[in-house]
Amino acid sequence: MFSWDLLANAVVAGVLLGGFYAAVSLGIGLIFGLLDIANIAQPAFVILGAYAAYVMNSAYGLDPILTGIAFTPVFYVLGAVVYRIYYGSFERRGEESLRGLVFFFGILFIMEVSLSLKFGVDYRLVQAGYIGKSFELAGVGVSFRYLVPCVVGVAMTAALYLFLGRTFYGRAIMAVSQDQAALRLMGANPVQIKTIAFGVGIAAASLAGALLITIAPVIPSTDRDYIGRMFAITVLGGMGSIGGTLVAAIILGVIESLMATFFGPSWSLAVSFGILLAALAVRPAGLFGR
Amino acid sequence: MARTLPALGVGVVVVLAGVALATMRVNPYLYFAGYVILQYVVIATAWNILGGYGGYVNFGTPAFFALGAYTAVFLIRSIKAPLPVLIVAGGLVAALLGLGIGYLTLRLRGTFFSIATLALSVVLQTMIINWEYVGGSRGISVIRPSGPPFGNYVVFLFTVMLGLAVVAVLVARFIERSWIGRGLAALRDNEEAAECMGVPTLRLKLFATTISGFLLGVAGAPFPYYVTFVEPNSAFALDYAVNALAMPMIGGTTSWVGPVIGAVLLGTTQQLATVTISSELNLLIVGVVLVAFVVLAPEGILGLVRRVRGRI
Amino acid sequence: MSDALLQVEGLTKRFGGFLALNQVSIAVKPGERFGLIGPNGSGKTTLINCVSGSLPVDGGHITFDGRDITALPAHRRTRLGIVRSFQIPKPFTSMSVLDNLGIPLENAAHGRGADGADAMQILEAIGLAAKAHLRPAGLTQIEMRKLELARAMAARPKLLISDEAMAGLSSAEVDDILTILFRLNAQGITIIMIEHIMRAVMRFSERIVVLDAGERIAEGTPDEIVRNPAVEKAYLGE
Repeated sequence: MFSWDLLANAVVAGVLLGGFYAAVSLGIGLIFGLLDIANIAQPAFVILGAYAAYVMNSAYGLDPILTGIAFTPVFYVLGAVVYRIYYGSFERRGEESLRGLVFFFGILFIMEVSLSLKFGVDYRLVQAGYIGKSFELAGVGVSFRYLVPCVVGVAMTAALYLFLGRTFYGRAIMAVSQDQAALRLMGANPVQIKTIAFGVGIAAASLAGALLITIAPVIPSTDRDYIGRMFAITVLGGMGSIGGTLVAAIILGVIESLMATFFGPSWSLAVSFGILLAALAVRPAGLFGR
Repeated sequence: MARTLPALGVGVVVVLAGVALATMRVNPYLYFAGYVILQYVVIATAWNILGGYGGYVNFGTPAFFALGAYTAVFLIRSIKAPLPVLIVAGGLVAALLGLGIGYLTLRLRGTFFSIATLALSVVLQTMIINWEYVGGSRGISVIRPSGPPFGNYVVFLFTVMLGLAVVAVLVARFIERSWIGRGLAALRDNEEAAECMGVPTLRLKLFATTISGFLLGVAGAPFPYYVTFVEPNSAFALDYAVNALAMPMIGGTTSWVGPVIGAVLLGTTQQLATVTISSELNLLIVGVVLVAFVVLAPEGILGLVRRVRGRI
Repeated sequence: MSDALLQVEGLTKRFGGFLALNQVSIAVKPGERFGLIGPNGSGKTTLINCVSGSLPVDGGHITFDGRDITALPAHRRTRLGIVRSFQIPKPFTSMSVLDNLGIPLENAAHGRGADGADAMQILEAIGLAAKAHLRPAGLTQIEMRKLELARAMAARPKLLISDEAMAGLSSAEVDDILTILFRLNAQGITIIMIEHIMRAVMRFSERIVVLDAGERIAEGTPDEIVRNPAVEKAYLGE
C-alpha cells in the first residue's frame, strides 16, 4: 500500500534513525576507520552501555542519556585496557590480522553471553519523561523516543569532529592514522595516542548504548544486529571520515525505514548487511585493503 | 601416495571401530553427544582449511552449516531424498556459496573479508525466515525415515557422522601435505609475494573456500534428522561460528591434528557441561578459553607441545 | 627491436585522476644489465608492478620472449621467467629459509627436478646455507635481502627485476649484493635494477632509462646519463 503520507513518515523516521546510527557508528569509525583495528566487539560495548542505562534507570530512575554520559569515563578505561591487551598480544608482534580478529570476536562473545547470564534473554527497557511522547508536523509524526537519540547522535558527531580537528590529541589521532613515524617526530607516542583513541571510541559506545535502549528494548544478542550496520556505515562513509559517517548513517536509516514500511521489518536487517556487502565489493581494491 | 595409504587405512579402522561401537548397546546418550562432537570435528576441520591454512578468517560458518541443513529440509519435503543424497546435495550447495565468497577475496583481503562473512549468516537467515516452504521463522518438523540399516536412528547418524569426520580429516591432511597446502601457507604469510613466486593464489583461494564450504554443508545436512525439528535460530546458532574458530585456535591451526584435538576437547567439555551447568555458562567458558588461547598460546595446544619438546 | 627479451610499449597507468605512467616504452635485451632510475614518485615501482603483473595496466602492451603477456596474472608471468624481488623484503614468515625457496621451486620452476637439494644449492651460492633452517625473523637485514634474491633465483628467472635490493645497506654490503647480481648475470640472467644508490647502478648497468613524473626522459649508457642535462634537472629541480 503506497501513499505519500507513508513515504514522508518513513523518510522522517529514517533520518531520525540515521542520527542515532551515526552515534552507534562513531566509535567504530574511530577505531576501525582511523586506527585500522577491526574491533568487531564494538557492538557488544554498545549493548553493555544499554544495560548500564537500564540498571541505573530501574534502580535509581536515572535518565538513560545522563547515565550514558556519566559512564563514559568507565568505558574509556575499559577501552584503554582492551587496547593495551590487544597491543601487547598482537599488534606489537605483528600478528594483528588473524588472531586479533579472533580475539575481538571472543570478547564480543564473552560480553554477550555474560549479559545473558546476568540479565537473561528478556527484553529490557528504560523509563523517561519523553519516551512515548510525540508531536505532529505537517502530517508527519515525530516521536521523542527517536528525536532525542537523533539530536544526541548529531551532537556526538559534531563533538568528535571538533575533537579530532581542534585538539592536540585529536590531531595526533588523525596523524597516527596517516603516518606513525611522523608522529614520533612530533614527540608523541603512537601507542599512547592509539590507546586514547580506542578509549574514546569505547566511551562513545556508552552513550550510544543509552540511546539504543531509549529507542527500543534490548536483549544481549541485539549486538549482532549492529555489527553489519556499523561496518556498512563506516565503509560507506569513507573509513574514518566523521562527516561521511553521519551521511552514510542517514542513508542507511532512510533505506531501512523505507524497507520496513513497504516490505516488512524482517527485511530491514538484511538490507544493512546487503549494503555492507555491496559497499565492500565496489570499494576500489587495495585502497583500504591490507 | 606412500603416506596416504596408511592414513586411509587408519580412517577405515576408525570407521569400523565406530560401527562396532554402534552395535554395542551402551548408554544412548553417548551416541547423542558423540554425534555433536564429531559434527564439530567436521566443522573445525573445514574452517581450518580456509582459516588456518589460508589465513582467511570466516565468521560465516553458521551460514554454510545452515545451508546444508536447509538443503536437506528442502529435499526431504519435496522428494523425500535418502540421506546420502542429502549429504552430497547439502555439501554442493554450500560449496557454491563457498565459491562465491572465494571470488569475494579478489577484492576483499584480511579484515574486510572477515567482516563480509559476518554479514553472510544474517542475510541468509533473513531469507530462510521469509521462506515458508522450509518452515520460515516458526521452524519445521522432520520425520526420520523408519528402519535405519542398524541400531536406532541416532546410533546410525552417529556412525554416518563418524565416517564424514574421517573423510574431512583425510581431505584436510591431504591438502596440508600437498603443494596446495604449502601454497596456501605462502599466501597466508604474504599473498603478494606468493603470487609473484608463481603460486596461483586465486585458484588456491577458490579451492579452499569451496572445499571448506562443501565440508561445512556436509556437516549440516544430517542435522534435520538429528534434531527432527529445524528452526532458523538453531541452524544459524552463533555457537557454530565461535566453535568453528575456537576449536582450531585451541588445538593449533597449522596442522590437521589441531582442529581434531580442539573439537574433541572443547566438544567433549561442552557436552559434559550441558549436563551439569547452563548452556550459557558453557558458551562463556568457550569464549574465555578462546581468548585465553589467542592471547597466551597463539599456536594452540600443538604449539605448546612443540615448545615443550623443543626444550627437552 | 624484435630481439628484445622484454618489450614494454606505450604503457599507461592511472590511479584515479593521477597519471602514474604516461606512454612509457622500454626494451630490454637478453642478457642485458638494465638500470631503471628516477626521483621518488617517478613511477619506477609502478612500472615494475605492471611488468610483473601486480597491477593491471590502463593502456599499452608488454611482450616477453615474443609473447604478449599484458593480460596474464602475475604467477603466470613468474612461470614464464619474469621474477621480481621486493623493495621491502616479504618473506614467508612461518616457513624456514629453505622452505621459503621451496615455494617458487615448486610453483614456478616445476618440471626442473625441484627438490631440497636445489634450494640448498641456491642458498650456498648466495651465502645463506648456514641459516637454511632458521625462520626469516632470525635474519639480519642483509641476510633478509639475500633471502629475497635467493627466493627469486629459486623461481629460475630469465629476467630478474631487483627493486632497491640495496637500500639501507652499508657500502661493503652493497658490494656484496652487486657481486651476486654480476654473477647471476654472468650465468645468463637478464637483470633490471631499480636503485637509488647511484654508485651501484652506474657501475652495474650497461644501459639506463630515466623516468620522471611518469614519463621516460632519457636513455643511454651510464656515461651519457651522467652528462644528460634533463636528468640533472629532474634530480636537482629547476
